[in-house]
Amino acid sequence: MIRLFALLMGALFGAGLYVAGMTDPAKVQSFLDITGHWDPSLIFVMGAGIPVAATGYWLMRSRGETLLHQPLLDLTASAIDRPLVMGSVLFGLGWGLGGFCPGPGLASLLLQPTTAGMFVLAMVVGMLGHDRLIKS
Amino acid sequence: MTEFTPISAAVGGGLIGLSAAIGYLALGKVTGISGIFGRALNGDMGFGQWGLFFLIGLIGMPAVIHALAPSEHGFTAPAPVLVVLAGLLVGVGTRMGSGCTSGHGICGMARLSIRSVAATVIFVGSGVVMVAVLRHVFGVIA
Repeated sequence: MIRLFALLMGALFGAGLYVAGMTDPAKVQSFLDITGHWDPSLIFVMGAGIPVAATGYWLMRSRGETLLHQPLLDLTASAIDRPLVMGSVLFGLGWGLGGFCPGPGLASLLLQPTTAGMFVLAMVVGMLGHDRLIKS
Repeated sequence: MTEFTPISAAVGGGLIGLSAAIGYLALGKVTGISGIFGRALNGDMGFGQWGLFFLIGLIGMPAVIHALAPSEHGFTAPAPVLVVLAGLLVGVGTRMGSGCTSGHGICGMARLSIRSVAATVIFVGSGVVMVAVLRHVFGVIA
């Protein structure tokens, strides 16, 4: 049951990225291009996605348990610390540079194997490099 | 430069939100791609290997849709050297900052996490700066 839910979640997420056009790096760069030919479409991705996600979060909280009887996640970290700020700066620079964030990079792997493959491979190196060298 | 497509963007966003809502309601988890993928790289697939099955759906579904309903789907990417540099920055940045557009931008914003609101403002801001530099300094944005 867990695996079925997880597969469904992944499929919904992948479909959403594809339908929204976020699998096109130019679409993402155009959203960030507010000093040029701005395409505000991605505001509508967040504008629709956040309230739907919030409903799921609210239902989880009000039920007091999850449908699959997993423990409620403990999200108590609240400090805006240095790693959060530095990491977000670096992520944004990479996001603007390539037009990929992690989801669209993975979701494009089968359709654009060469370009998305290069991105994902470099992302793997960056992630493992961070986890092994910077924070171990 | 791309067309403004509010309807398909909102439909796609709704599907992404639904995925995140199920993540909270069914699994009690944050549907953050960099977290799921980063943990998987370190050998942690989550309980019941949910992370692995999520990634199979995420990677497979766009290809399934494209096979069932072939359409002109835009894909314009920067030069390979920029894509690789971008991948390195995204990899380090999302692990250091504990999240990306999904974990902070959708899931964290949905529960009004102050950390996620801050992260989202920061990465959209540095993304805007990067694209402005690419456009006005290097002239590589069409």
